[in-house]
Amino acid sequence: MSTTHALADSATMLRRNLRHARRYPAMTISVIFGPVLMLLLFFGVFGNTLGAGISAGTGFKGDYIDYLTPGIVLMAVTSGCMVVSVAVAVDMTEGVIARFRTMAVFRTAVLNGHVAGGVLQTAASTALVLAIAVALGFRSHDATLLDWLGAIGLLLFLIVALSWLACGLGLWSKGPESASNTPLIVQFLPFLGSAVVPPEQMPASIRWFAEYQPFTPIIETLRGLLLGTPVGNDAWTSLAWCAGLTALGYLWSRRLFARDPKHAS
Amino acid sequence: MATTPPAPPAIEASGLRKSFGDHLVLDGIDLHIPAGSVFALLGPNGAGKTTVVRILTTLIRADGGRARVAGHLVDAEADAVRAAIGVTGQYSAVDGLLTGRENLILMADLHRLGRAEGRARADELLAAFDLRDAAGKPAATYSGGMKRRLDLAMTLVGRPGVIFLDEPTTGLDPRSRRAMWQTIRDLVATGVTIFLTTQYLEEADRLADRVAVLDGGRVIAEGTPDELKRSVPGGHVLLTFAGPADLGAAAALFPGAARDDEALTLQVPGDTGVDALRGVLDTLDGGGVKATALSLHTPGLDDVFLALTSTKAAR
Repeated sequence: MSTTHALADSATMLRRNLRHARRYPAMTISVIFGPVLMLLLFFGVFGNTLGAGISAGTGFKGDYIDYLTPGIVLMAVTSGCMVVSVAVAVDMTEGVIARFRTMAVFRTAVLNGHVAGGVLQTAASTALVLAIAVALGFRSHDATLLDWLGAIGLLLFLIVALSWLACGLGLWSKGPESASNTPLIVQFLPFLGSAVVPPEQMPASIRWFAEYQPFTPIIETLRGLLLGTPVGNDAWTSLAWCAGLTALGYLWSRRLFARDPKHAS
Repeated sequence: MATTPPAPPAIEASGLRKSFGDHLVLDGIDLHIPAGSVFALLGPNGAGKTTVVRILTTLIRADGGRARVAGHLVDAEADAVRAAIGVTGQYSAVDGLLTGRENLILMADLHRLGRAEGRARADELLAAFDLRDAAGKPAATYSGGMKRRLDLAMTLVGRPGVIFLDEPTTGLDPRSRRAMWQTIRDLVATGVTIFLTTQYLEEADRLADRVAVLDGGRVIAEGTPDELKRSVPGGHVLLTFAGPADLGAAAALFPGAARDDEALTLQVPGDTGVDALRGVLDTLDGGGVKATALSLHTPGLDDVFLALTSTKAAR
């Protein structure tokens, strides 16, 4: 099957997906709601205490919202991507998937459509969350245009990586219910990294985990880019994580989708 | 296809085998279905009908055996097979979140018909399947019969040459069932090949050129509906009598007959042609016995089916 077919079929599936999302926006709305509530909670309720603690412990200069925003943006990314997981799991229970399999359609077009649709939606919801953070007082004082472009690029790469991972989780899950539970682990990870508070101030065992898990270098890179502070090796670590997760998520999804379909009898 | 010599069979299979775990579902299935004919695979629930369809439509792979559909191998040339077939499965294969028209346009896009042609084809099928009024409503809100019609319409978007219908009328009310039969007959008139599975004998009888009875993973009988009906006994003349005395006298005249003392009937097995019937009446007259009523029972596919599957159950 040629590349043009692959692209045309994926585009058709993307249209199908966006139409689903537009017709049933409840999921998309809840995805934006979560991170915004977190932002309000950590900034508005715990902000003074956490901010004071962080400056005392690490010497981080600046407002707590400047520290918090990159972490919250990352949560917007994780919760947005994980919608793909539920959407894929729900879709796999639909008879129309079996129909696609009996047609001369590019094999993973339906998955490409889900991931592409998820990437577009998550990019939009992430931008919205960032805009709300700016409205609440987030300022990137020293970031250059190049820093911003780098931040956007990293976020997009991460969204692609996590969307493929979520796609795999959705295919792997036993059904829509478990598909909505498994990704919670992914969504929880930023908290055990440097999203809300720096790992240096965590208990030793958690600190060890926090320093080596993928989200910490990504949050640190994002924080560096958005605040215009040096990024260092975290950038390369982040890119490596994103590339690895994309490859893993894509290959895993493709393999799971190639299995004998459900409804076996 | 202008210069091809004799048309190859639309569907050809030999020795198809499939197990799910330890459970043997298909134990060597052979099929030979000429192009342009209607073939019905008949069998009770769990006989393996759907598994045959799933193998022939490239959804799953057989463990053994070979199958060609539209001249292409189902495993090695799956995409060529997919391009030639249309499948309406047992489970509704419509996208419930999309409207009827969007579903059809989705199919048109996947068949790469182009924007204008795809829309024209969608509207043509909406009209043909009496779905114009519901075209703008999500398919999830459709009734069972409407969903089935949309499903079949989606199958036809790409003008497939071989159409698989897996239990197309299961769960439909009698009126929708008759409408579906008419639709299938109209399709046959356009020259396509139809592979149908059903658990309704009447359906196979009315629609199919050839019927295969599948039971326990094997084809236990195959032929035209008439051949199958002729192959099993089941025809009889049913005589009803006014009282036990007449019944007793008649039973003495027909040694092989089954008598029912409560209903006062006697079931005389055999041919139900005019000559045979005359013979039965002559015998009655000869014995001086009067019957109050008489009815004929011609064997149906039901008798074939029960005869074939009960021998197996007895084993």
